[in-house]
Amino acid sequence: MADKKIIRKSSLGELFKKIRSDGKRILAPVDRGGKILFEYVDSPGSIAPDYIQTTLSAKDTLLPRCEEMLRFRTEQKSVYLEESLNRPEPTLIFGVRPCDARSIAVLNAVYLINYTDDIYRQKIDTTTIVGVSCAKCDEYCFCTSVGGSPGDTAGSDMLLTQMDNDIYLAEILTDKGKAIAALAPELFAEGGDVDKNKHCADVPVRFDVKDLSKRLPGVFEDPVWIAQSLRCIGCGTCSYVCPACTCFDIQDETDGNRGVRLRCWDSCGFAQFTLHTSGHNPREVQSQRWRQRIMHKFSYQPDQLDVIGCVGCGRCSRTCPVDMNILQHITDILEVH
Amino acid sequence: MIGYGEGSGNRVRAIFIQKPEDADRLILDDRCLQNLAVYLPKHEVRALGKPAIVARVPVLRSIQQLVYEQQLKEGDIAVIGVSDDGQVLDFPDLKSVGDFVSKIPLTLTPDEQAALKKLEAMSREERWNFWLEEMSNCIKCYACRASCPMCYCERCTVDCNQPQWISVPAHALGSLEWHIMRAMHLAGRCVNCGDCTRACPVKIPLALLNQRIIADIVDNFGEKAEYALAAFKPDDTEDFIR
Repeated sequence: MADKKIIRKSSLGELFKKIRSDGKRILAPVDRGGKILFEYVDSPGSIAPDYIQTTLSAKDTLLPRCEEMLRFRTEQKSVYLEESLNRPEPTLIFGVRPCDARSIAVLNAVYLINYTDDIYRQKIDTTTIVGVSCAKCDEYCFCTSVGGSPGDTAGSDMLLTQMDNDIYLAEILTDKGKAIAALAPELFAEGGDVDKNKHCADVPVRFDVKDLSKRLPGVFEDPVWIAQSLRCIGCGTCSYVCPACTCFDIQDETDGNRGVRLRCWDSCGFAQFTLHTSGHNPREVQSQRWRQRIMHKFSYQPDQLDVIGCVGCGRCSRTCPVDMNILQHITDILEVH
Repeated sequence: MIGYGEGSGNRVRAIFIQKPEDADRLILDDRCLQNLAVYLPKHEVRALGKPAIVARVPVLRSIQQLVYEQQLKEGDIAVIGVSDDGQVLDFPDLKSVGDFVSKIPLTLTPDEQAALKKLEAMSREERWNFWLEEMSNCIKCYACRASCPMCYCERCTVDCNQPQWISVPAHALGSLEWHIMRAMHLAGRCVNCGDCTRACPVKIPLALLNQRIIADIVDNFGEKAEYALAAFKPDDTEDFIR
């Protein structure tokens, strides 16, 4: 049961100072000419005042667009590993939307279950998530259709919900959340026994995700995938703005006899994604790649990892250059008989 | 028929009409900006048969360029042109598309020129920092490449790793190298449709790079410069080209 307190918005500056003194850097959404990006801030004054969703998700911190896996040097025919410089810095991410916080369960399922990825584990261990509930949504949001909600606590260490102009409900959810509250207990007051839902956006349920998962294998060969993806141009925008896409590519960069191995985001939208060395490509056309995106999120991941690979943030639909709208496409797939 | 139709919200999207009765879904208004020529080389679009394409001036220019580069030939497509003042243009063949569009100089709008002037007014350091900051947001989703009708290479330089020509990861150097390489590859080929900028999820003003090159070409070679690679002659006396 979460510990519920209230904190004044005007107290956040003091809290941020305590967090910084505690040795954590703070990432928060900042408005950069219409783009809302997570950037380092020292005070809440820099935070974007009004936004539905950040342009990129908080994934870029936990699973960066590119990051060092190891360093090496070669001498004659031998390769020697050198100490990696990729050390996580203690970080607090403030202002994560509940859908994005929920996506951490998907990242965890891929990077911690079956095989523990040490680089990711160190990042997640040293990162604290302070979520902020959504008071607004738009036509692209569908968190409630995939198990979330605008005030969902999953994935957050602390969740703030704005009750009025100066009051946040603070739900302290985990040990990391408790540690943050303990930095300035005087800022957290009693009075958290309130109904937060009336302060959260109303996101209608648009489809039955269990029904979708059940029906997807049966429509694998349906022409619907071709019809939907004719206009897809095969970029990686949907995957890269997605908080729950986890695929990566490995690149070695060398300079003389020294080198770095990097893990970089990859996307099933690219023609090269599954291209084999032989030249054979099991997904040689865009419709097969588009199908893979939907199957992976709504069929394979629920089957194999017991997690839905989509949190309904709507970023892929908002940013797609050619208006591939995932919600509309899912609705259409459900109408295939 | 490749044209525009209503999309989600107030957006429009490319639609592919395959039955006469569906032609009612076609629309054309100020929102219809996507350069539809990007679909002409696409495998699944080609598989539907010979396409007709709704083509405003940037699309017509792209078609001309694709013909120059031997990516399209007479008979491959039917073109339903739309002039800048909204008139439907009937083109019997691709040569007539080229003849029409060659008469319209590729010039920058006053807004585009003003944006370039602003960049030019910066010191070299300021300009360098401006681009470094813009490029720091690049996530290498390649929406710029995918949205561009001129980026039709089946294997892009950035996808080659033996040898690796440019750095692949989306770090500062990798992103900068990518966008410089792409701008150089588009020199004399970019039709200034603006799709790279519109497609970019982090709003990098990529078209500025191409527009600067277009301005340089106009300044140095005139508005009706012949496409250099189409004018290439094997017996050219210049050494560097061989």
